Amino acid sequence: MASFQGTKMNPSRFHISQLKFYLILAPLSVFMVMPIIFIFSHSLKPMDELFAFPPRFFVQNPTMDNFRFLLSTFTVSGIPVSRYIFNSVVITVVTVFATIYISAAAGYAFSKKNFKLKNTLFSINTLALMFVPVAVSIPRYFLVVKLGLINDFSVNILPLLAMPVGLFLLKQFIDQIPNELIEAAQIDGANDFTIFRKIIIPMTMPAIATIAILAFQLSWNSIEPATLYVNDEELKNFAYYMSTFTATNNEVAGQGISAAAALIMFIPNLLIFIFMQSRVMNTMAHSGLK
Amino acid sequence: METKSDTAALPRIDGMPQTRSKFKKWRDKEGSAYLFLAPYLLLFFVFIVLPVIFAVGLSFTSFNAIQMPKFMGLKNYIDLFMRDSVFMQYVLPNTLKFSLIVGPISYVLSFLLAWMLAQIQRGPRTVLALLIYSPSLTMGIAMAVVWKTIFSGDPTGYINSLLLRNGFITQPIQWLQSPEYLLPIMMVVTVWSSMGIGFLAMLAGVLNINSEMYEAGYIDGISNRFQEIVHITIPSMKPQMLFGAVMAVVNTFQAGLIGVQLSGTNPTPSYAGQLIVNHIEDYGFIRYEMGYASAISTVLLLVIWLCSKIVWKMFAEKE
Repeated sequence: MASFQGTKMNPSRFHISQLKFYLILAPLSVFMVMPIIFIFSHSLKPMDELFAFPPRFFVQNPTMDNFRFLLSTFTVSGIPVSRYIFNSVVITVVTVFATIYISAAAGYAFSKKNFKLKNTLFSINTLALMFVPVAVSIPRYFLVVKLGLINDFSVNILPLLAMPVGLFLLKQFIDQIPNELIEAAQIDGANDFTIFRKIIIPMTMPAIATIAILAFQLSWNSIEPATLYVNDEELKNFAYYMSTFTATNNEVAGQGISAAAALIMFIPNLLIFIFMQSRVMNTMAHSGLK
Repeated sequence: METKSDTAALPRIDGMPQTRSKFKKWRDKEGSAYLFLAPYLLLFFVFIVLPVIFAVGLSFTSFNAIQMPKFMGLKNYIDLFMRDSVFMQYVLPNTLKFSLIVGPISYVLSFLLAWMLAQIQRGPRTVLALLIYSPSLTMGIAMAVVWKTIFSGDPTGYINSLLLRNGFITQPIQWLQSPEYLLPIMMVVTVWSSMGIGFLAMLAGVLNINSEMYEAGYIDGISNRFQEIVHITIPSMKPQMLFGAVMAVVNTFQAGLIGVQLSGTNPTPSYAGQLIVNHIEDYGFIRYEMGYASAISTVLLLVIWLCSKIVWKMFAEKE
């Protein structure tokens, strides 16, 4: 259709008409990514550059001093910073896998099973998309006390596992798997768990990758459990340690170290996203609310 | 194994005792579904449903976390809207200003960015989308440290030194401690890192629109880009638009903690950056007036729900 003058989505080749978008998007994305570049550059600055006046955006003589200092630091209560990182890694890995398993199982039931409360429960879950955890931190706190989970390592994990957005995305995605496939497997004698493991999980990998990213971000960046439910410094996570930087009004010397810590917070987020981004886009195509 | 039994009725089991067969029927029909649902439902109930119910319950009481809650009726709500001058003077206006500016701006911006990104090639698109998305990757806390350095109050702070050297100001400005700057800075920072999951959903939505839709539209007389967005693009991706809108509402109200993180204090200086979320923390965890804090929580949940209802009305598919 040669006369068609409209928008060409997802073009496969460069055309001069795309230039205007590049002209807007390129500067804008540089602008957006500036804080990230700033963390990189700031965390590599030696002491004299942190104090330099006027301050420079980019580092001149990069050094790993800030990281070395950070990793050899002990907090006032005698906990090495590496301990917080270790806790964060354990908490995050467990949270990611448990969230995937729990949401996939529930998504399977919501998508392919029939039960009376199905629609009711799923609309409650959709309503819970609007749930804001900070709004109920007080009753949550008392529940955690009642459950005897205060100062328990698992309290870093349990409150994060039920993720309404995760279940929602997975259910929408599992809807795309044809029922015939499952019926065929049943005729071949596969039971529910085999179907779940051999069909549902492999076929929903894009959605699972998305849930993994969301669960990862939620867990890696969460400070709520460490601030409210855990008093024992040894059981807190790195994000909590990070948040102590914002409470003190940081003088210049601390800036390099907090930038180093921010970078340690950021890099895993970035890596996991880059690693899985093409799958995310695939899931998001089914993300619509109706 | 009746995974698709909505049409095919179960074979009747006659001659069994009534109650036993009922349970057995239920177990055969729905048991496996609940087996898969159980872990999620349990956690969902304990950490989401119960806290909401408790918050609503506590909101009608006076509770200091030590003595038993005492029933007070609507007193907390009346106090909140009649007596709490901080709430009426600062918290409510701040929250309204913050959400009405940040929510729509970040939403429209994510749509426009997604729309533009969809019209360039795959390779560059992935890179640019990642750059735009990257500030949203680390929610809140790590970014607050960066912004604190950039807006630092001494002359070596980045913004201050830039302004000082170019002669715009003669004295360094205490950006994060001065009431007139804190809220605007919070808004900028929040918009900056709001291209999150809603942005990704909309990008996927734009990319998935069938190109024949556009061709048909142009045959039907659409003549410019604006008409095209209004008549084809948005209607074709309504579900993603709605998802993005709901996420924008939730993120906007959730982002409230940024003020406390930036200024380092709760309450924020002169209550300038005080949002509902901070007010809850202030009463709940600093003053231990849990009943009152729960009333504020309930109001917040209601406000979020109402806002989502409004966007739902705007974008839901009309059947």
